[in-house]
Amino acid sequence: MSGLLIDAEACVGCGRCVRACASGGIVVEGERPNRCAHVTDSCILCGSCVDACPVGALSIERDEARTDIDPSAYHDIWVFAQTDAAGAVLPVAFELLGRARELAAQRECRVIAVLGEASNADDAAANALVAHGADEVLRCQDDRLATNDSGVFAHWICALAREYRPEVILYGATDFGRELAPGIAVRLQTGLTADCTVLEIDEKTGLLHQTRPAFGGNLMATIMCPAHRPQMATVRPGIFCAPEADANRTGKVTDVELDAAVASRVRVVEHIPADSQASIAEAKRLLVLGRGIGSKKNLPVMRRLAELLGAEIGCTRPLVEAGWLEYRHQVGQTGVSVAPELLISLGVSGAIQHLAGISGAQTVVAVNEDADAPIFNAAQYAVVGDCVEVAQRLIAQLEAR
Amino acid sequence: MRIIACVKAVPSSTEVKMDPKTNTIVRDGKQAVINPFDATALECALQACEALANQGADVTVTALSMGIPATADLLRDCVARGADSGVLLSDRAFAGADTLATCYALTLGIEHIGNPDLIVCGKMAVDGDTAQIGPELAGAFNIPCVTDVSEIREVASDHIVVTHVTDEGHDVVEIPLPAVITVGKDVAQLRMPSIAGVLAAEDASIEVLTAADAGADPARCGLAGSPTQVVRSFVPERTHDCTYIGGDIDTQVHALANLLKEMN
Repeated sequence: MSGLLIDAEACVGCGRCVRACASGGIVVEGERPNRCAHVTDSCILCGSCVDACPVGALSIERDEARTDIDPSAYHDIWVFAQTDAAGAVLPVAFELLGRARELAAQRECRVIAVLGEASNADDAAANALVAHGADEVLRCQDDRLATNDSGVFAHWICALAREYRPEVILYGATDFGRELAPGIAVRLQTGLTADCTVLEIDEKTGLLHQTRPAFGGNLMATIMCPAHRPQMATVRPGIFCAPEADANRTGKVTDVELDAAVASRVRVVEHIPADSQASIAEAKRLLVLGRGIGSKKNLPVMRRLAELLGAEIGCTRPLVEAGWLEYRHQVGQTGVSVAPELLISLGVSGAIQHLAGISGAQTVVAVNEDADAPIFNAAQYAVVGDCVEVAQRLIAQLEAR
Repeated sequence: MRIIACVKAVPSSTEVKMDPKTNTIVRDGKQAVINPFDATALECALQACEALANQGADVTVTALSMGIPATADLLRDCVARGADSGVLLSDRAFAGADTLATCYALTLGIEHIGNPDLIVCGKMAVDGDTAQIGPELAGAFNIPCVTDVSEIREVASDHIVVTHVTDEGHDVVEIPLPAVITVGKDVAQLRMPSIAGVLAAEDASIEVLTAADAGADPARCGLAGSPTQVVRSFVPERTHDCTYIGGDIDTQVHALANLLKEMN
């Protein structure tokens, strides 16, 4: 029987588990020395109490996962190669190919790109995938795959996965990838880990360890999918580095079919292109603002500093939620992952979600009043102080030069 | 016609603090609230219901959730705000569910309610951030899915026209019903409860389904039915040294300006 196990002998009845529980799933009852924790109907098995228990009296046990799946029948790492409207492969697919090559070396398997494109497409996308690390490209050139229709793509990739049995499928956590991957997970009845920041092969088990920020804040969780296949994960653009294209690499391009019965059910009435405003994802210099800037009134100061530094402006989630800046400025796991050469962080505390989005930055300079702010764990240079005052004085210095 | 809004209870504070002494999580906010994206989903469902009612259709909105028994209060609040009924999947067997097992439970709830024409979900939950439930439900029922909807343009008895965020901007798309849409937070603001709604909610019975009531296969529920497992959770370690720039603020700013100059 799986569930939360409480070792009544070990439990000291301290109640830390009760305070850690967000759902009222555990209570401490009885008189000492028999005072002991008991699980209630409101336990959601989140594990918070297990982490909080100082004496190790709590554990979550689960039955050995039982499936009819034979993991040894599954091979190779697949990368979903999303293309844009012009048919070019998105950079995130190359980034995934780079990481997949490293994982494949450990698993001694191949890296296969999955590419759906219009019937009149040339070989450019397939060749680019090979040059960036694919050993084989499973390609379907069919006009039903010319637009990003998650229903059609899901049918196609599920059919391929049932036939070829990949061990792992990786997707870019783009808008389309986030719509597509869950549709495949439920049809194949397998696990899917969203927005991973680390992918590793566990040396003992050979399983894919997928690490992502958890609990909306300051923890990372490593997740695995032991008994179901394929193991699937999405990764935000900018998390991994794309390898250099090697035009001399060779790889096979295999043309595959899409079931004739599959039809699109989504009719696109109108495309509204994104504003031409530069994305902060490509910024070389970025000024990132957090709650520590105090007030919306301080934004003009920050804009002036950004201008002097030649930097774009990014921010944390609370500023977007408060309506100070638009969503496209949001840096972090649920915003944009950035990889600037220089990132100046002002008044940002550094929640894990945010830190996950700046892991690609080369140099981070952080200013925060709190010397223990987690942002300093991600920074090379730290200034403990009031970020607005620092910004104002820095503007004066830069203007004087 | 039937519209189902899927809602999740989330801790009112999603900021998790670490206790520096015990290195464990301290949750300060215990009050559960409706996931803000799901609040928008409910409002979209109510507006779609009104639009269809104006066209002469007979429409109901049901709020559906999987959660602990106390989540029934949240569903009652959904009724106070205009939902016709609430259904709660609640059972210890559902505990510890990952997205696939959650999706399984919700599909049973939806089948129990029966014949949905439109399923509206928030685009993600603020505590999990996975954004998987909406597209998984669509996959489970093999119906079309449009995620991250930013505007509902038209609702008709057999189709819906919405604008949604894509990687290259926005697309306006028409999809046949039944379908699943997931909505961003800015699409609509959930209305306040009306007095009539509050009175209705007092009398409303929130239907609570156990795993057995829903006809669930225990092997597909909760922890047992979850393909993914958390191996470990941890606080990330510092990966490099950080140089603290000391001194008074003038010294600090001067050093900072020099540093930035060097990087030019």
